Amino acid sequence: MSTHTETTHDHAGGDAGAHEHGGTAVNVKTLLALLVLTAITVGAAYVNLGSGNVVVALLIATIKASLVALFFMHLRWDKPVYGIVAMAGFLFLGIFLMFCVLDASSRNYYLPQNMHRTEVPLTPGTAPPSLTEILPETPDAAAAAPGAAAPAGEKVPVTEPKK
Amino acid sequence: MSTTSVDLPSHGGHGDAGHIDDPHHQHHFTTMEQQFDTAKLGMWLFLATEILLFGGLFVGFGMMQGRYPREFVEAHEHLVRWQGALNTVVLLFSSFTMVMAVQSAKNNKKDKTVFFLFLTIICACIFLVVKYFEYSHKFEEGWLPGKFYSAKGDSIPGSHGYATFFAFYFMMTGLHGIHILAGIGLLSWILMRAKRGEFSNAYYTPVDLVGLYWHIVDLIWIYLFPLYYLIQ
Amino acid sequence: MDYQVLTMGAKTGSLPRPRKNYLNESHGFMSWAGTLDHKRIGIMYLVGVMTAFLMGGTFALLVRLTLLTPTHMLFGKVLMTAETYNRVFTLHGAIMVFLFIIPAVPASLGNFVLPLMLGAKDVAFPRLNLASFYLWVTGALMAILAMVLGAVDTGWTFYTPYSTTTDGPVTLMTSAVFVLGFSSIFTGLNFIATVHKLRAPGMGWFDLPLFIWGIYSTALIQVLATPVLGITLVLLMLERGFGIGIFDPRIGGDPVLFQHFFWFYSHPAVYIMILPGMAIISELIPTFSHKTIFGYRAIAYSSVSLALVSFIVWGHHMFVAGQSQLATVVFSALTFLVAIPSGVKVFNWLCTMYEGNISLETPMCYAISFLILFTIGGLTGIFLGTLSTDVHLTDTYFVVAHFHFVMMGGTVTAFLGGLHYWWPKMTGRMYSEKWGRTACVLYTVGFNMTFLTQFFLGSKGMPRRYYNYLDQFQPLHAFSTMGSWVLGLSLFMTLAYLLASLRKPMDAPDNPWGGTTLEWQCSSPPIMHNFEDQPVVARDPYDYRPVKVR
Repeated sequence: MSTHTETTHDHAGGDAGAHEHGGTAVNVKTLLALLVLTAITVGAAYVNLGSGNVVVALLIATIKASLVALFFMHLRWDKPVYGIVAMAGFLFLGIFLMFCVLDASSRNYYLPQNMHRTEVPLTPGTAPPSLTEILPETPDAAAAAPGAAAPAGEKVPVTEPKK
Repeated sequence: MSTTSVDLPSHGGHGDAGHIDDPHHQHHFTTMEQQFDTAKLGMWLFLATEILLFGGLFVGFGMMQGRYPREFVEAHEHLVRWQGALNTVVLLFSSFTMVMAVQSAKNNKKDKTVFFLFLTIICACIFLVVKYFEYSHKFEEGWLPGKFYSAKGDSIPGSHGYATFFAFYFMMTGLHGIHILAGIGLLSWILMRAKRGEFSNAYYTPVDLVGLYWHIVDLIWIYLFPLYYLIQ
Repeated sequence: MDYQVLTMGAKTGSLPRPRKNYLNESHGFMSWAGTLDHKRIGIMYLVGVMTAFLMGGTFALLVRLTLLTPTHMLFGKVLMTAETYNRVFTLHGAIMVFLFIIPAVPASLGNFVLPLMLGAKDVAFPRLNLASFYLWVTGALMAILAMVLGAVDTGWTFYTPYSTTTDGPVTLMTSAVFVLGFSSIFTGLNFIATVHKLRAPGMGWFDLPLFIWGIYSTALIQVLATPVLGITLVLLMLERGFGIGIFDPRIGGDPVLFQHFFWFYSHPAVYIMILPGMAIISELIPTFSHKTIFGYRAIAYSSVSLALVSFIVWGHHMFVAGQSQLATVVFSALTFLVAIPSGVKVFNWLCTMYEGNISLETPMCYAISFLILFTIGGLTGIFLGTLSTDVHLTDTYFVVAHFHFVMMGGTVTAFLGGLHYWWPKMTGRMYSEKWGRTACVLYTVGFNMTFLTQFFLGSKGMPRRYYNYLDQFQPLHAFSTMGSWVLGLSLFMTLAYLLASLRKPMDAPDNPWGGTTLEWQCSSPPIMHNFEDQPVVARDPYDYRPVKVR
């Protein structure tokens, strides 16, 4: 529902009343910034910052993504609704990640001493063995055979303190 | 309509809803501007779904990385950093050529539009060629997903972490590659339409929308690259 | 009364009846199969989802029949084996969830009514709308094929590691759900764009009918949550085919992670199911109370907040699954939060009815039934969200009863109400009120016989999805099964009299109920382009103030 009456320019195609924006200069500068940031992130990968490496890499990636979104994808000059839609996508993805990490980090499953309890080696091209081959028939059988492999989910004496 | 510039007839303002002459006008929209804005909103909503689709894979990757930190770090060393970086540069450049194509279409520059679209497609093809070399190297070495993993020489033999890493590698770069392929298809279609002179500053919606899609493909790679090639 | 009370749009038809309408505008298979008209697409969806409901309902009746006795005998023969039983309840769940209830209100009634209510000529992307329909059809055919090829026995939730290792066409079934997911995404995308961009002049956000707010909130969930289901199913299929090692514990995976992935979508999905139902109730109650809605903004905001908060509670499906205690507690607390907007709505509806001029036509009967059944369903959700009680009630019939109360007692009841409400608009005919009210009463009685009983079954310890059960549960099971017959009868009755109404001439008034929203300003049935002239909005959507007639 347009209300302005200019006939010369591209209101039908485009940028609801915005003035001249974008343009080759902006695009070139954005590209150069992106290339520089790429060089920085590759360079940073050769410096050992421990767990900081992931943070730095993701931070630079986010800056690059923002540049692409703001300038190449035009969000800088567009109506806010498009940016809100994009942010909603990232926000709910973040919620998903956050709760999964909350759960996994407060659970015992990922502790090193529990990591390889139920695993069996893979032979490429064949199906993994069925559970009946891995688990003993009854819990009593497991207790009766002290040298047997610890079955999944069974109460096994655990050395680390109870969480 | 094969001239490079189009003279717009008196625009379809909101007084003459029934009289819009643009052949692309859809009847349920009052103005071309409304139609364009709606199309753009639709595309952004679709891109949000793409963020969540790929995002699910990122979450799975992140969780498995927490599960197998040593194996993941070791496995990622099999990825060749310069190839990943080259692909990153290629895609960034293709985003540039894409936005230049949109700009050219908007400014009635038909030949430049065609040129930049063509460059974008070339970049996409280069990306896929590099990917091909990466994948064939993996196949040779046995760094394959899941039950097909057959490489030797891992420091924790018998751990599934390597197989899981490569499963995610192939899933994520594979899904991304499928999107690149789809993008090449879309870009080629837009290229043909541009050559026919269909786009002008009165109507360049398809170029803009394909551009948005292409930028998301680039954006996903911007996150894929560090996670797979640069983490240590 | 000194003066006549006229609402906007009189009860008797006031517009000249056009001879042409969207139904007789064009004829032939292709005019329907290739249509871009949202009304025709809505009708096609309606036929599709009703067929799915019939299929899913039949499986439900079979499940209940099998559980009539602990020996599963009928007329001296065992009705089905345990393996078959697992397949039948899986199919019941999968068909009802993915083929019926998720698309039902938005894609059938929503498609028809939303553009009309907005004063628009169509949805934002008519071709995408048709594509959504064909994706639904494709998904349905794939699911039927999976059924024919031996069906799946994993439960509709496809939990790993069983689903990654069991025989059967799991991949085909999950592919069908994947396709159906995209149908849902595209519908949601279409509706969001339509509500943002195609409103009539003068219709701001807070002039929108509450049905629109509900459908819009639903669409938000459809767009944001369904892609994660898509990727979950892909990961499941690849785990089956390639042994990725993400969900199967024998190869290092985490089955609880599958549940996180699955429920991140599936919890918001239940709000995809209920929000449109609530949206319909928000239309029915003011219309049949002849009174403006109480707390318009509260209901509007609660619709959106319900959609958003639904994304942070999914772990309440996993309290005993192996999730960490910390996550469990957090999710339980958040679950209490999500009950609040629903409560706000129920109170607002009640306040709307209070001192209103209530007339008990069939749609209102269903609305009142909804208020009772949904409230019970919602409250029992709180018991399940409370950790201490959930430990005893989880995976029992209590849960089965709870979700049937909200999904069937809630959404299906509202769907039936909406179907009757908009039936004259869609078909141009009135159904028989006598049969309508009778069926509604029978439906409510049958529903309670079937499912109220199951609360008791569950709290006494009867597990869900079990083929075998202890003899002590037999009386309650039998009563529930007999209730299912009453319920089934009421639904068949409804189908029968609705179809019978189609044989009558098209003489329904344009506004039989005295509704105030824009869809009652066009003819029954509407013309192809909905409105002769572009409607302009100047009043509130629920303005029932009496107009003085000189």
